[in-house]
Amino acid sequence: MAELKPDGLSFEPVAGWGRHAVERGAVLRPERLLLPPGGRPVLPRGLGRSYGDAAVPASPGAFVLETARADRVVAFDREQGTLTCEAGLSLAEILRVFLPRGWFPPVTPGTRFVTVGGCVACDVHGKNHHSDGSFGRFVDRLVLQVADGSMVECGPERERELFLATVGGMGLTGLITEVTLRLQPVESAWMVVETEPVPGLGAMLDGLRDAGKDWPYTVGWIDCLARGAALGRGILIRGRHASRAETPAGPPPEPRRLAVPLDAPEWLLSPVLMRGFNATYYWKHAWWSHARRTRGAGRPVPYHGFFYPLDAIGGWNRLYGRRGFLQYQCVVPRAAGAAAVAELLERLAAAGAASFLAVIKDCGPESDAYLSFPLEGTTLALDLPYRGPRTEALVHELNATVIAAGGRVYLAKDAVTRPEDFARMVPRLAGWRKVRDRWDPEHRFRSAQSVRVLGDTP
Amino acid sequence: MRAAVVGATRGMGRALARLMAERGDALCLLGRDAAELEASARDLLARGARGPVATARLDLAEPAGFAAALDAADRALAAFDTLVVTAGDFAPQESLERDPARLEHLLDVNFTATAVLCQQAAERLAGRGGGTVCAFSSVAGDRARRSNYLYGASKAGLSAFLEGLGLAYAGRGVRVICVRPGFVKTAMTAGLPVPPFAGEPDAVARVVLRAVDRGTPVVYAPPIWRWVMLAIRLLPRAVMRRVRF
Repeated sequence: MAELKPDGLSFEPVAGWGRHAVERGAVLRPERLLLPPGGRPVLPRGLGRSYGDAAVPASPGAFVLETARADRVVAFDREQGTLTCEAGLSLAEILRVFLPRGWFPPVTPGTRFVTVGGCVACDVHGKNHHSDGSFGRFVDRLVLQVADGSMVECGPERERELFLATVGGMGLTGLITEVTLRLQPVESAWMVVETEPVPGLGAMLDGLRDAGKDWPYTVGWIDCLARGAALGRGILIRGRHASRAETPAGPPPEPRRLAVPLDAPEWLLSPVLMRGFNATYYWKHAWWSHARRTRGAGRPVPYHGFFYPLDAIGGWNRLYGRRGFLQYQCVVPRAAGAAAVAELLERLAAAGAASFLAVIKDCGPESDAYLSFPLEGTTLALDLPYRGPRTEALVHELNATVIAAGGRVYLAKDAVTRPEDFARMVPRLAGWRKVRDRWDPEHRFRSAQSVRVLGDTP
Repeated sequence: MRAAVVGATRGMGRALARLMAERGDALCLLGRDAAELEASARDLLARGARGPVATARLDLAEPAGFAAALDAADRALAAFDTLVVTAGDFAPQESLERDPARLEHLLDVNFTATAVLCQQAAERLAGRGGGTVCAFSSVAGDRARRSNYLYGASKAGLSAFLEGLGLAYAGRGVRVICVRPGFVKTAMTAGLPVPPFAGEPDAVARVVLRAVDRGTPVVYAPPIWRWVMLAIRLLPRAVMRRVRF
C-alpha cells in the first residue's frame, strides 16, 4: 500500500503490464502536465500498458509522472477530424466521445486503455499497419516540456528532428503534454470481419499479403505450439469498418468487462494445458469460419470485439501468475522471408514456452521516426510466462535469429534485450542519441529500460 | 438544467461537468483560475456539449465576490436553476496540525465560504420559484476520526448546514443535496493510502447526477460508503480510541 506523503507523491511499486521488472517509484498523477521542480530524473508514464520495463522507474524512488488525469480535449475540428488533446487522454475515451460522431483512431493497438501520449512515445501500430503505417504518421503536432523545463512545439515540419526522436522515443526526449492527431472518418461502430483457417506458415504469410491488398485490417493468430507440417497453422482474420448500409440498427452493445480477481496459479500455464487451449482455439475457429462460409457472410461485429478482445477481461495479465510474463514482439524484413519466421517458431515450439496467443501480421514501410518499431516485413508477438533465466535465455536466442534476419524487437514489449543486441537491431540508434543529447544532455528522462538498453545511469 | 458549477476544472467536478454537458445541460463554470476555466470549457465544447458552456470568476476564499459570481452565472444561463459546489480544500492531517494558518484556510473554505455561497444561492433560487443546491461534503464528516478530524470537522459542519438548508427551503421549492463521497481517486487524494471501496470520479459523477435529478437529500458515492459509514458511526467511542484510522 502507498505511504502517506504530504506533497501528493505516492511511493509505490511500478511495473509494466507484464508485471516483470518492478521498481518502487515516487508517483505523481497531476491533472496538469508539468515536470516536478528541481531537475531530478523523471519518467513519463501513461496507462502502463507497455509490457516490459519501458514505464518502470530507473531507480528506487525516482519520479514517475502518470499522465492519465490530464485528459482534456483542447480542440476538435469536426470537418477534418483533427483532435488536439492533453497527452493523458485515452483511446477508450476518444472512442466513447468521438465514435458516435463518426470518428475513429487512425491507428490503434490491441487495447484501448492507452493514452495518446503513450501511443506517440511507443509509435504504436495496429492491424492496419500494412496500409496506414504507425501512429506517428497521423500526428501533426506535439507539445513537449523538455529537460530544461521549457515548452517546445514540434511536428513533421517544425523541430522535425525532435519530433522524429519523440515519436517512438519511449518518453525519453521530454514530457509530451499535448498532441494534435488526425482521426479517421468511419460510417459505423461495426466491423465486417472474415476469418479463415490456414494450415501452415507459408499459407499464413501468403494469406496476409493477399488480404492486405483489399482489407485495411489484417492479422493472423498462430498456434505456436504446433510443430512439423502444422508449424504456423492458425487463423487469418481480415476486417474493415462496416458501411452505413451494412450496419445493424442502433449502436453496438457496450463492451462487457469481467475482471481477473487474483493471480492465477502457475500450473494453469503448463505446456500440456496450453497446447490443449491453442488446439481447441484453432479447431473452434476452423469450424466457425467453415460454418460462416457455408451459411453466407457473417453479420458485422462490434468494433471492440474485433480490436480489443482482451479488454473485456480486466487485469488479464494476472492470468500469468505472480511472476508475470514477457511479451516478445519482433519484426523481420520481408527479404528474410518465411525462413526467419519459421526459425523463430521452431525455437519457440522446441522450448515449449507456453503462450496463449501468438499474433502474426505483415507490416508496411518503416517510418522516419528514429526508434519506430515496424519495418516492411513480418511481425510476430507472443506471451512467455516468466520463468527466470531460462525465459531470458530464450529471448536472447530469438533475438539472435532476429538480428541475423535484419529485424528488431519492440521496446514497448521488451524487458530483457541486451544493449549490444538492441544496437545491432537499430542502426538509427546513434542518430536518435544525438537528438536526445541535444535536448536532454543529462538524460533527465530515463527509465529502467533506458538504463538497461541505452546505458543510462540509474 | 442550467447549472453553475464550482470546481468543474478538476477531479469529480470535471467528471460531473462532462456528464452534464454531454446530455445537454447548460453550464457556467465558476472558479478562480481563468485559464483553467477556459481549458475546461473548451474540453466540454469539443466533446460535443449540447448546451452552452460559459465561465465566470469565483474564489471560495473571497465571499465578498459571491454575489457578483452568481450574477454572472445568471446572466450567462438566463438564470441558473442549479448550483453545484464540488470544490473544497484538502490537506493531510499532519500539515493541518502543524500549520494553524493552513487549518484556518481549510475551515474557511470548506465550511464558511461554502455555506455562505449555498445560502445565497438558495435564497436566490427560492426568490424565483425554486431550484437545486448540491454541495460536496464528505464521509469524513459522518464521524470524527483521529486521523482526519480537522478536515472531517469542516465537512461535518457543512453536512449539518446542508441538512438544515434543505429543511428550511423545502417549502420554497429549493432542493438541497449533500454529496458524501468516500475515498475517490483524484488528484486531491493523491499520495494518500488507498482504502478499500475507493471510487473513480466517473462513477461518482454518475451517482451524483442521478441524485441531483431525483432530489435525493443525502447521497453517498460510491454507494457502499453509506453502509461503511453506518458501521463506523455505530462504533463505541472506546473502540474509536483504539483503532488507528
